Amino acid sequence: MSQPPRFNVHAIRAIYRFEMARTFRTVWQSIVSPVISTSLYFIVFGSAIGSRMTEIDGVPYGAFIVPGLIMLSLFTQSTMNASFGIYFPKFTGTIYELLSAPVSFIEIVIAYVGAAATKSILLGLIILATAAMFVPLQILHPVWMITFLVMTALTFSLLGFIIGIWANGFEQLQFIPMLVITPLTFLGGTFYSINMLPPLWQKIALFNPVVYLISGFRWSFYGTADVDVGISLAAILVFFSVCLAGVGWIFKTGYRLKN
Amino acid sequence: MEPIVSIQGLTKTYASGLHALKPLDLEIRRGEIFALLGPNGAGKTTLISIICGIVTPTSGTVVADGHDIQRDYRAARSKIGLVPQELTTDAFESVWATVSFSRGLFGLAPNPAYIEKVLKDLSLWEKKDAKIMTLSGGMKRRVMIAKALSHEPRILFLDEPTAGVDVALRRDMWQMVRGLRTSGVTLILTTHYIAEAEEMADRIGIISKGELILVEDKATLMSKLGKKQLTLNLPNRLAAIPSELADLRLKLAPSGTELIYTFDAQDARTDLPTLLRRLTDQGITFKDLQTSQSSLEEIFLSLVGDRK
Repeated sequence: MSQPPRFNVHAIRAIYRFEMARTFRTVWQSIVSPVISTSLYFIVFGSAIGSRMTEIDGVPYGAFIVPGLIMLSLFTQSTMNASFGIYFPKFTGTIYELLSAPVSFIEIVIAYVGAAATKSILLGLIILATAAMFVPLQILHPVWMITFLVMTALTFSLLGFIIGIWANGFEQLQFIPMLVITPLTFLGGTFYSINMLPPLWQKIALFNPVVYLISGFRWSFYGTADVDVGISLAAILVFFSVCLAGVGWIFKTGYRLKN
Repeated sequence: MEPIVSIQGLTKTYASGLHALKPLDLEIRRGEIFALLGPNGAGKTTLISIICGIVTPTSGTVVADGHDIQRDYRAARSKIGLVPQELTTDAFESVWATVSFSRGLFGLAPNPAYIEKVLKDLSLWEKKDAKIMTLSGGMKRRVMIAKALSHEPRILFLDEPTAGVDVALRRDMWQMVRGLRTSGVTLILTTHYIAEAEEMADRIGIISKGELILVEDKATLMSKLGKKQLTLNLPNRLAAIPSELADLRLKLAPSGTELIYTFDAQDARTDLPTLLRRLTDQGITFKDLQTSQSSLEEIFLSLVGDRK
């Protein structure tokens, strides 16, 4: 018998593969359906209504909404994928194996969050490619674009992982994505620049953390932003750290994983 | 020989206040088949779950093959395999994929030849590409065993392995357990089927209400606590036991045609030839006789019953 590994790479690989296999098995639900619904947004808002809208900050409306729509998918899909990935073994009982295996919590997080983030990054890129067929696109800062994409996917996958551990039923699993993230995204400037809002609502909008993420991501495309890109970057880092701390707390307390 | 599993002062109190385990000490010998016997809710699954790392103990220590299960959990857990009681499997995975997954999870590099051997040993090879959801309950049980064996454990826990399993599979399972022991694996199984413990185990531990009442070699347990019974079938009906035989522990069946003598197999004073001679002296003859030994089940019930 060989000695047990200090860092269980085989376990990370096994979980990651398992999760990715789940994605490709449910390709309609996890990839095709978000792509179709996003394409509908392009047709409705980009082509039908967008042709009657004026440009925003010099960007045609159809193109303007692309970064916001990618972010919308990234938020919801990362959260749903990661929460479902860890919740489902809890629900079926197969989590016994994970708990009895020589894996640390950090390895579990890397595997599940990594797989969920991979999925939503893939999805984001597919939506981007789809968008390119409908509207003229331009990416001024591709490195920053990828940075925002990856950081957002990781952050919301961490959030999803926390939700999946916390949830005691499918209803709780849906609660935060449907009732918190989606409304914040719609109000966070997916379809408009917050500069178009009345002054009071502009101030209120600044309390919506999603505004900073969408604004920064859009800046990496068109070079225009609602808020300074430095603030956007700081916001995503704070978000990421908060989620990481949440996961760390679960790790320390064994919250809802072990009794 | 140094025990392969050593449990000291282990307790578990659940958040609900339930004392699932009172301080419990137990040593499992290397290479044995140990049966943990007890009624539902006695603490068998809690004990196993703690050793396997699924439940955190309230206090106490467990050392598995030289490794503390909490401080040195990676080394301890990589030695241990668990087949839980519930049939909890993925539904959409193939048999091959799920068993390979388990091996990876336990930190071992892929080894298709070994997985092939495990699947063949468990008669799962033909089903290797089948989705788990299409398998029967018995086959799913085999899949769970294959998963537990995928990382070549030295200690295997089988929690109620034959609950809801048909006779053929139960035989297969017993054979497999013996085969594993031959290859040097230590096996710990819980059961409330006493026949199973009687058939399989080298040693038996009886647990009730979170306490280990007794740990004993099966043979010792059976002979120490086992009562033997001699039944004599009489050709003629007997109205009553003659007063000359009143000092013997004889009982007359209500039919009057059977005399029943209960004795301790270990008791030196038991002298069957004398008994038979005295019966003959009283003119009591018999046309047939049979002896029976109390089963583990009766021993078990009397032990657990005594403590109520």
